[in-house]
Amino acid sequence: MGEFRMPSLGADMEAGTLLLWKVQPGDRVKRGDIIAEVATDKGDIEIEVFEDGVVEQILVEPGSKVPVGTPLAVIRSDGEQVSVPAESAGPAAPQRALSEMGPPTELQPPPRPAADRRPRISPAARKLASDLGVDIDTVRGTGPGGAVQRADVERAAETKGALREVSERATDRTGMRRSIAAAMARSNREIPHYYLATSIDLSATLSWLETENEKRSIKERLLPAILMVKAVAKALGAVPELNGYWSEDRHQPQESIHIGFAVSLREGGLIAPAIHHADRKSLDELMEAMRGLIERTRAGRLRSSEMTDATITVTNLGDLGVEAVYGVINPPQLALVGFGKITDRPWAENGAVGVRPVVTATLAADHRATDGRQGAQFLEALKRHLQEPASL
Amino acid sequence: MEVTYREAMREAIREALQKDDRVFLMGEDVGRYGGCFAVSKGLLEEFGPERIRDTPLSEAAFVGAGIGAALGGMRPIVEIMTVNFSLLALDQIVNNAATYLHMSGGQFHVPLVIRMATGGGKQLAAQHSHSLEGWYAHIPGIKIVTPATIEDARGMLATALADPDPVLIFENSTLYNRKGQLAPEAGAVDIERARVHRAGRDVSLLTYGASLFKSLDAAAALAEEGIEAEVIDLRTLRPLDDETFIGSVTRTHRAVIVDEGWRSGSISAEISARLMEKAFYELDGPVERICSAEVPMPYASHLEQAALPNVERIVSTVRNVVRTHG
Amino acid sequence: MTERDIRQAIAKALGRVAPEANLEELSSDENIREALDIDSFDYLNVLIALNEELGVEIPEKDYSRLATLADLVRYLSTHAPQQ
Repeated sequence: MGEFRMPSLGADMEAGTLLLWKVQPGDRVKRGDIIAEVATDKGDIEIEVFEDGVVEQILVEPGSKVPVGTPLAVIRSDGEQVSVPAESAGPAAPQRALSEMGPPTELQPPPRPAADRRPRISPAARKLASDLGVDIDTVRGTGPGGAVQRADVERAAETKGALREVSERATDRTGMRRSIAAAMARSNREIPHYYLATSIDLSATLSWLETENEKRSIKERLLPAILMVKAVAKALGAVPELNGYWSEDRHQPQESIHIGFAVSLREGGLIAPAIHHADRKSLDELMEAMRGLIERTRAGRLRSSEMTDATITVTNLGDLGVEAVYGVINPPQLALVGFGKITDRPWAENGAVGVRPVVTATLAADHRATDGRQGAQFLEALKRHLQEPASL
Repeated sequence: MEVTYREAMREAIREALQKDDRVFLMGEDVGRYGGCFAVSKGLLEEFGPERIRDTPLSEAAFVGAGIGAALGGMRPIVEIMTVNFSLLALDQIVNNAATYLHMSGGQFHVPLVIRMATGGGKQLAAQHSHSLEGWYAHIPGIKIVTPATIEDARGMLATALADPDPVLIFENSTLYNRKGQLAPEAGAVDIERARVHRAGRDVSLLTYGASLFKSLDAAAALAEEGIEAEVIDLRTLRPLDDETFIGSVTRTHRAVIVDEGWRSGSISAEISARLMEKAFYELDGPVERICSAEVPMPYASHLEQAALPNVERIVSTVRNVVRTHG
Repeated sequence: MTERDIRQAIAKALGRVAPEANLEELSSDENIREALDIDSFDYLNVLIALNEELGVEIPEKDYSRLATLADLVRYLSTHAPQQ
């Protein structure tokens, strides 16, 4: 039995407003399914479930704002029997236990997968939903057998309207600013940052990229930023101490490398959603993932795991012309890697000065977890990988 | 002015006899006895035996005579004691009255009016208490009207007589003693439209005859719980006024039909089917029906009352429909 | 393909990545990315959209020549497939 709780979608998040359920009691869910939407200061987030099972009970109605950690639904894991009250299962009262258990579990029809279940919905509700533009899959029915009726659709439409307003208010600059303010203030207060920088000659890399892109159609072309993300992921493989969290007063490096990529929002503020397992993705896969991620970030359709899973953040301000970024770590992460603009600079090598395209990579890291030595090793590994694009 | 349903009906017959020489009343005991429900009391004295005619105990004979008289230019009002006895005249009604217009290629209208008592509730047992008006509503070629109110008792007869084709008037026997106000100038009323008796937003109660008053009482009780039921008197079962009851359901999205007939193959089944056909996308829940128990009407009072639709059943059905269906 | 078609296609592509931008105010020799605050991902998406809409191939080496509205219109009219 699992309680599906209001997730923390950022270090600073205290509460979220449940916008809608995408499942109903009886629906089968598997790990990673999006089962709800929650409005937060950083926009509407699609919430994923973390276990396989069957939705047994919905505990929080759409429209409710509840603190992080509040149980939202009960998920019965596979193989688990329908819940029996604990006190009736004791050996002291076997008769009572039996009588309270109801019919044997195997007599219960197996829950059908959500996908092929025809929704129970009244004709009038179906028409109203279509008139109001309400997705009937998202409406929770309160009629007989969970049937969706007009009142349910009206409620959903109202909730949608009202919550859209709430979430619009929440995602305006004020809410977003307040949320960033909280996280960054905490970071600067609690995390003793140290900063390292290195300049990387990208001439080989860029000519490799140029050749590579010539072979590709416009849609398949790679941006330098992709190589940088991939190089960070690879370098973390060499220096895993920088990948993970400082939490509960201790260093907790993580095996999976999920890179948070800072995306600035046009209306102000930024979000750094996670690219999962960036080290295992090919450059093409990364390009596709990033494009989708940026699009969904801007459209406010991020998933909860993308909001929570990042183990490090990469920020690239090169587009805006800055040379180097000395960033503030996004707690509870351990480090932030910044890239500036790729500029032609005089470059000394083998006793001669030439002009090379150069980028400055910086590392801001948590001195509680690592020391400058690991940071330096990381930047060195980053440089090595970034200069060998074919190995990425 | 306060009158009973019976007095309103008698006044309607009197007026018809006064206004049109072709009109006459015939049936069992309508003359000297004054009608088995005393509707025609006093009319024999006023209009004489030529126009208030007692007939032998043969429904087939006197309904057939009525058809002949109508074909011959008269405007007969034929009274049959109860709908159960009308079954003896089914051949005349269904095979003759209802068909002549069509079978004569539109040459022979049958301007016949047949009145009969219908319904249970007076401990008259199974052979006098059934509600077969829904059954008659199955037959093309005749109109079926069911006056429930004093106004309709007073006004439907004139319109029925003016109709060139056969009209059957079903008078629920429990209504005869019902009192109500009637305007002194009250007269003919239409026999085409259903009437909204009480407006409400939550559910449509579609009914006719004596069930109208049970439905209105139920609606009053439901209003105290905050449930606003719209009550519609269908008034005419053939042809049904689809527009009015569908309009109502389009507003309330829920329908409960109260019909004193038996459920299977009833007028309530027909109304329910039309709601599916013409208002499917307006329905927010299944159409519910409250009908008489499917038994021959019991004699014992408590059994008879249990078999008939009653206010409590209407209230609980509506409550269930409104509460669980949104 | 007329210049009007091309301008419409550009407006549509820019509108998708910068819906709040007022394209009326964009002068033809302004650097689009600076004026509308469009990053490299978004600019690539603009070029992809133009490629799909107008069928014009835009090799990477030409990206740098496509900074202003005037650049884009000129480039796209020259390279548009002949009907």
